[in-house]
Amino acid sequence: MVVAESKPIEEILAMVADFDKILLTGCKGCVTVCNAGGQKEVGILASALKIARKKEGREIEIEEITLERQCDPEYIDQLEEPIAKNNYDAVLSMACSVGPQYIAKRYEDTLVYPCLNTTFIGGALEHGVWAEFCQACGSCGIHNFGALCPIARCAKSLLNGPCGGSAGGKCEISPETDCVWHLIYERMSRLGQLDKMANVVMFKDWTTSRDGGPRKIVREDLKQ
Amino acid sequence: MRLNYPSNIKIINVPCTGRVDILHLLKAVEDGADGVYVAGCLEGDCHYISGNLKAKKRVAYAKKVLEAIGLEPERVEMYNLSAAQGARFAEIAREFTERIHQLGPSPVGSGAKAA
Amino acid sequence: MKAGSHLEKMFAAGHFAVTGELGPPRGADAGHIHEKAKYLKGIVESVNVTDNQTAVVRMASMAVCRLLLDMGIEPNLQMVCRDRNRLAIQADLLGASALGIKNVLCLSGDHQKFGDHPQAKNVFDIDSMQLIATCKKLRDEGKLINDHECEGVPQYFIGAAVNPFADPFDFRVTRLAKKIKAGVDFLQTQCIYNMEKFRTYIQQANDLGLTEKCYIMAGITPLKSVGMARYMQKFVPGLDVPEDYIERLKGVDKKKQGDEGIKIAIEQIQEVKEMKGIAGVHVMAIEWEERVEEIVSGAGLLPRPEVS
Repeated sequence: MVVAESKPIEEILAMVADFDKILLTGCKGCVTVCNAGGQKEVGILASALKIARKKEGREIEIEEITLERQCDPEYIDQLEEPIAKNNYDAVLSMACSVGPQYIAKRYEDTLVYPCLNTTFIGGALEHGVWAEFCQACGSCGIHNFGALCPIARCAKSLLNGPCGGSAGGKCEISPETDCVWHLIYERMSRLGQLDKMANVVMFKDWTTSRDGGPRKIVREDLKQ
Repeated sequence: MRLNYPSNIKIINVPCTGRVDILHLLKAVEDGADGVYVAGCLEGDCHYISGNLKAKKRVAYAKKVLEAIGLEPERVEMYNLSAAQGARFAEIAREFTERIHQLGPSPVGSGAKAA
Repeated sequence: MKAGSHLEKMFAAGHFAVTGELGPPRGADAGHIHEKAKYLKGIVESVNVTDNQTAVVRMASMAVCRLLLDMGIEPNLQMVCRDRNRLAIQADLLGASALGIKNVLCLSGDHQKFGDHPQAKNVFDIDSMQLIATCKKLRDEGKLINDHECEGVPQYFIGAAVNPFADPFDFRVTRLAKKIKAGVDFLQTQCIYNMEKFRTYIQQANDLGLTEKCYIMAGITPLKSVGMARYMQKFVPGLDVPEDYIERLKGVDKKKQGDEGIKIAIEQIQEVKEMKGIAGVHVMAIEWEERVEEIVSGAGLLPRPEVS
C-alpha cells in the first residue's frame, strides 16, 4: 500500500490560518490501513484544529467526509454536493497526494491542501510500524535478489552489494536500518543460490522508472 | 467509605480504559473541559490484558496533539489505581483538580475570552 | 600495458608499489594542494585524489588530479556514483583521459546522510561494479554504455576499493571476485587493523587464484591518537580496530601517541609486504601527509625504484 503520515499539526494550522469553514476529507483506502487518513484520523485532526482555533478565539467550522477512495473520480464526484452547497474556504485532503490532486482537478475553483506526507510504498512490520519495500521502478527484478528489493531497500540502490558499509546486518546510514544486501545474502544462501550472487549485475534501464517521465498505463481491454 | 472528592469532576464510565479513544480526550477539551484524566486499572491488572496500556499510549498521543497546538499537555493525564482504592481515587481527583487550578481555565473553554 | 601509468609499470616490473592519498580542500585554494602534495612527491607511485569524500563538498577530484600532473605527481582519480549519473560519469571519464589522467578508482560513494549536504538528492544510477565495467568497456571496446563508439579511445588503469572487514565476511571475497570479473586491474583495501582477519581474507583470495588476476594493495592508515582509534572503532561502519592497538597507544605519553601510531603503521606494512598476494600498500595518512615519507622510509621502501 501507499504509506503516509500526518503533516505536523502546526503546518496544517498555518495552511488554514485564513479560513473559517473547511471540508476535511479522508480516504478509506491505503491511508486508513496505515492509520494516517481514515475516518478516525479525520476526526482527530478536525478536533485538534477546532481546539487550536477556539483557543485563539476564532472558531473554525469543519465538515468531515471520508470517501471510499480518493484515487477514483467516481468517489471524488461525491464531494460535488457539499462543495456546491457550503461555500467552503478550502478543502483539505487526508488521502495520499493523489487525493488532493484529484479534488483539485475535479473542482477547479476550490483551494485544496494536503494534510499528509505521502511517504512510500510499503507494508506494516508490526502494529504501528511501517517500512518501505518498493520504489515503483516499473520493472521488477526482485526474483534475482532472493525476492528482496535492493533498489528500494538499499540506501544506495546498489545492484551488486553489499557495500563496505554493511556491519552486523545493518546499513551504514543507521543502526536501525537493515542492510538489505545482508538479507539477500542470507536468503540466497538458504536457497542455495549464492552462485547467482557472484555474477556482475549490469546497468539498470531506468526508462520504466520515474526517470522516464510521468508514467501512465493504458489497458485497451478495459478502456471505454 | 464516604470520601469527598471535588464536585467539579464529571465521571464518564467506560467498560475498560481500552475503550477510551484519542478522540474522546480531544472532544472533551474541544467542548471546554479544563482537564481530562483517565483512571485505569493498575498496570498488569487489566481484565482485558492490555486495555490500560493502550489508554496510556492514547493519552500520550493526546498530550502531543495539545502540545503541538500550544495547550498545556498536563491538561490530559493517565492514572492507574485499583477499584478497591477508594481513598486513592479521591486523592487523585484532588490532585488533578489542584493541577488544573494551577494551570487556570482552558483557553478553549466557554469562559475563555476571545483573543 | 593497459594504460601505461607509472603505477601500472611498477606492478608490471614486480615492485611492491606504494600509493598515497590526498583530500582536496573545501575551497578554491590551489596552494593548499601544492602544500600537501609536495610531501608525497617521489615517496609514492601515485596519489588517490578523493571525490567529495564522506559526502562533503570539496574541490573537484579531476581538477586536483590535473594540478598534481602539473607538479609531476601521478594521480589516481577517485570517482563516486553518488553524485553523477551515467551521462556525467562517462563525460568525466573521457575528460579525465584527455587531461592525462590514467588511473581511475571506481567507488559507490559514502551516503550523503553524514556529509555536509544531507538534504541532497543522490544519484546511484550505476554502482561501483558497473562503473568498473564502464571504464573497461570504454578502454577495451572503445564504446560507451550505449555501445556508441568513441572518437578517441581512453586508456585507464582501473582501480576499485574492497573492504575485507565489512559483513557478511564470507561474501567479501566473492565481491572481490566480482570486481575482477567486472574488469578491475588493481584494488585498494579499507584501512587494515585486524591483521588476523585480513590474513584469512587474503588466504581465501589466494585459494581462489584472485590475487593473480589483479594487484591488491593493503590499506594502511596511521593512528594519530587514542581518540582517533576509538572513533574509527566505534563510528566507522565496517572498520575493525582491535583493542591491542588502542592499549599500545595508551601505553605511551600523549604527545608520543602519534609516533607510536607511525611505528604501528610501519610494522603493518612490513607484515603485509611478506604476505602472498599483496602487491603494494595504499597509505592513507588522513591530514597527515607530512609523515608519509617517515612511514614509507621506515618500512624500508625508499628510495622508490625507477621504471621506464
